[in-house]
Amino acid sequence: MRSWITDAPIDPTAVLDEVGSPADGAVLLFLGTVREENEGRAVSGMRYDAYVAMAEQVLGEIATEAAQQLGTERVAVVHRIGDLAIGDVSVALAVSAPHREPVFIAGRYLIEEIKRRLPVWKHEYYVEGESRWLAGTVPPGHA
Amino acid sequence: MRIRVLLFALYRDLAGGRSELQLDVRDGSDAGAAIAELRAQSERFALLPERPVVAVNREYAGLDAVLRDGDELALLPPVAGG
Repeated sequence: MRSWITDAPIDPTAVLDEVGSPADGAVLLFLGTVREENEGRAVSGMRYDAYVAMAEQVLGEIATEAAQQLGTERVAVVHRIGDLAIGDVSVALAVSAPHREPVFIAGRYLIEEIKRRLPVWKHEYYVEGESRWLAGTVPPGHA
Repeated sequence: MRIRVLLFALYRDLAGGRSELQLDVRDGSDAGAAIAELRAQSERFALLPERPVVAVNREYAGLDAVLRDGDELALLPPVAGG
């Protein structure tokens, strides 16, 4: 199991290499990428800010929970911070298990919990020149 | 006692770009009281919400979490990772 925050470009193959085993017949890789449009506005790029020390801790907790659902320790998840361009990978996760059902469940759990709990924020830059912090989610139990 | 306050993203911008500061608060203060103290310090800090999501020493916490000398109190805007 491995989880980390990085300010360097993410290599999906390296994330995939963290999981897999001769015992596994199912490997899932999910990538989140920066989209060229949001709410009808043309996006030029994105800056991710994070409370890095806490994000590393929370991402580790999420990975541990996902491993419990997966039934294996073969979980790898990374979130990028800093300045990203359209198409850049902002988050990558890989999981593997003997059969397919738990990899989809655990993969879905990882990305949904990242969105709910990881202390990371997006500043979106628009083609016409403006920028703004994107409205986020209040973590559960803190409304 | 003295605590360390961390501000991120929108809250950092509201506070004029300050990301970190030391704050003196009365012994036994909870997170909510520390935020009230911070908001009273300047017009900029008054722009921060009265009841933000907070973390104490890198763990999500309630505003009733009692602080100790040297604690790290982070004010967290709604999160938007992924």
